[in-house]
Amino acid sequence: MSRLAVPKTYKLYIGGAFPRSESGRTYEVVSASGAFLANAAKASRKDARDAVVAARAAVSGWGGATAYNRGQVLYRIAELLEGRRAQFIAEIEEAEGVTRAVASAQVDESIDRWVWYAGWADKFAQVAGNANPVAGPYFNISVPEPTGVVAIVVPQDSSLLGFVSAVAPALVAGNSVVAVASERFPLSAISLAEVLATSDVPKGVVNVLTGSPAEIAPWLASHADVNALDLVGAGDLDWISLEIEAADTLKRVLRPEQGPDAAAPALGRISAFTETKTVWHTKSLR
Amino acid sequence: MSFLEYAPAPESRAILSLRDRYGLFIDGEFVDGRGTPFQTISPATEEHIATIANANEADVADAVAAARRAYDRTWSRMSGRDRGKYLFRIARLVQERSRELAVAESLDNGKPIKESRDVDVPLVAAWFFYYAGWADKLDHAGLGGDPRSLGVAAQVIPWNFPLLMLAWKIAPALAAGNTVVLKPAETTPLTALIFAEILQQAELPPGVVNIITGAGDTGAALVAHDGVDKVAFTGSTAVGRAIAKQIAGTDKRVTLELGGKAANIVFDDAPMDQAIEGIVNGIFFNQGHVCCAGSRLLVQENIHDEVVERLKLRLATLRLGDPLDKNTDIGAINSKEQLERIHELSEIGVAEGADRWSAPCEIPENGFWYAPTIFTNVQTSSRIARDEIFGPVLSVLTFRTPAEAIAKANNTPYGLSAGIWTDKGSRILAVADQLRAGVVWANTFNRFDPASPFGGYKESGYGREGGRHGLAAYLAPAATVGRGGAQFSTGRGGAQRRLETGAAAAPADLDTASERPTRSTETAAKPARRTRRTAKPAKKGAAK
Repeated sequence: MSRLAVPKTYKLYIGGAFPRSESGRTYEVVSASGAFLANAAKASRKDARDAVVAARAAVSGWGGATAYNRGQVLYRIAELLEGRRAQFIAEIEEAEGVTRAVASAQVDESIDRWVWYAGWADKFAQVAGNANPVAGPYFNISVPEPTGVVAIVVPQDSSLLGFVSAVAPALVAGNSVVAVASERFPLSAISLAEVLATSDVPKGVVNVLTGSPAEIAPWLASHADVNALDLVGAGDLDWISLEIEAADTLKRVLRPEQGPDAAAPALGRISAFTETKTVWHTKSLR
Repeated sequence: MSFLEYAPAPESRAILSLRDRYGLFIDGEFVDGRGTPFQTISPATEEHIATIANANEADVADAVAAARRAYDRTWSRMSGRDRGKYLFRIARLVQERSRELAVAESLDNGKPIKESRDVDVPLVAAWFFYYAGWADKLDHAGLGGDPRSLGVAAQVIPWNFPLLMLAWKIAPALAAGNTVVLKPAETTPLTALIFAEILQQAELPPGVVNIITGAGDTGAALVAHDGVDKVAFTGSTAVGRAIAKQIAGTDKRVTLELGGKAANIVFDDAPMDQAIEGIVNGIFFNQGHVCCAGSRLLVQENIHDEVVERLKLRLATLRLGDPLDKNTDIGAINSKEQLERIHELSEIGVAEGADRWSAPCEIPENGFWYAPTIFTNVQTSSRIARDEIFGPVLSVLTFRTPAEAIAKANNTPYGLSAGIWTDKGSRILAVADQLRAGVVWANTFNRFDPASPFGGYKESGYGREGGRHGLAAYLAPAATVGRGGAQFSTGRGGAQRRLETGAAAAPADLDTASERPTRSTETAAKPARRTRRTAKPAKKGAAK
């Protein structure tokens, strides 16, 4: 006799809370074989704007935390992911219709990638920064700082790895993120949000929207309080229009990538969402 | 006769041997332009200096083609060591002809000779000297081993530092192995054309640097040209936006150096003598035609009256007049158009209730002039506190606490530069941390150096010029060769863009290039340019 399961309601993740879409809309998420999995929230323009407000509010705390602290918080996420391996593997097997081995490999790589980025938090500035030998009696140093609020259309063809690969690097330098999950595989992103909510990541640092990227992304691309736009997973959208909209507020834009290497781990993924600040100070014995 | 009155000491124009007409510098030679030629005038006297060729679209295409040929056949194949030696030659030639260049710059631009002679031209030489040494050391630029150049760089520069902006653009581009098509500003083409003569003296291979003159439409045609791989622009935020839109969906990389409305924050414990000089230098240097000018003075409330009083005293001693006079502090406004904009914003300041004070100085009869001006009682919402005036106009605001100073300083869509004046070191560092600006000067202002990265946050643009970061803006990691010309590319026509936000490197230990399929062995073996051409996204046309 089998036990009757208790299915989960998948909602959005905004400002540390799990609201339904204010629009009341949901859309059906199905497995690879077409079976019903869940009614995921279908985020609206208002949800996107709420997410940006939450992200903006989180910037100063997260960006202002010490790099050592950010590194530990990010590492803690990997610890919690490890504890939930089985849940994610099962979720991916069902959603993507892949074997247990393939799903396991995706989860393992996601965790390991998260650990890799966590380790960069207190080293990145040393690699990307500079002491500058200017011709005069000045102390002069360049350091990378977070760009601010980063909106990300995550890779659409994976449940967890794409999301992790796009979101983790943006967090390293101290940005906060509004992530638009994979439309077809949104469930792992929300399960990851549950991990984030129970780890030490301050609320608002990561916000997750599920629904139609084609509908949500234009609001984020044109939003004046979004500083950067990562279109890594927007290859099937009209991403050129998104880039043009982003130009109105001179957002930093990363263009789409496709294939299994999309958002491959790279220091450049961290530095793409940083600003180099150069500080001069006079030197004098007087 | 007061102590302020000196006999005129004009720098001699005899050092110049200007031509009546200047052509376009394409493929190593001066050629006629096919647009309608225009005049360049002295903004101090409105006298004609020379007739300048105007590049139309066909001329732009010729220049880009020349740059492409030079890239494919010469410059991309030359050793870094030899590229460096050409740049060292250029640096030395600039030094040898420095007085001539300074006189020409002051004549054409209107800036005081003491600035063109002591700031602009020495920095030009320094810029070439600095980047010359990088040319054979690119492995250490922070992009991993054997980084590659991008191809043809389209560079469009403004009129406020004509030759210096040319150096900021050309030196790193050539050091990295790119070739260049540069368009100087319409009102200040003269020193770029003398620089072309220097390139001939240096025997730089034809086509490596092409200089085309014209107005905004020439620049727009250059940026839009299909044969361009990299766009570098310094100028207004409005044009920067248009460029960002224009290149959307292409695989062009871009650096934008745009407007600013810098806060210069003076705390009550500031070293007052230095601060007064720094405030004056911050906003009245180069008639305030400086994108990073300290145009918003934030003074701690308890010293507001003292600072304003001392500023007025100091400004009353500034000498406005003939840019070629060695005693001149304030030169001419660069153009009639710019003068009108300054007048317009200044009148708006008065209409919005701020108090205007201008230094008592005699305005010459001809030419374009604006007396150094201070606005007090300025509201943060006033347009003179928000809009870039790009002239010798200072808006004074007050604050009580460091937190208020930071909030007011950051209350702008711009984020290019800022200043902090205080004797308390820990406060400097804490405030510098909080300011959203790319360059922060503490107890100094308006310092520039080729080793020091320069560039903005927010709507002041993206990318850096100067230093290792400025070099990286003209390079891509070796790993991307054959895969579309950007750092993260794996498909979709290589349409990804790596933003030049720093030593953005794909670390060697992570490089997965060896595991990734190249397009084909054929394309992988060919020079980067070929492969990127084949990789152009089909959607490109849709962007226009």
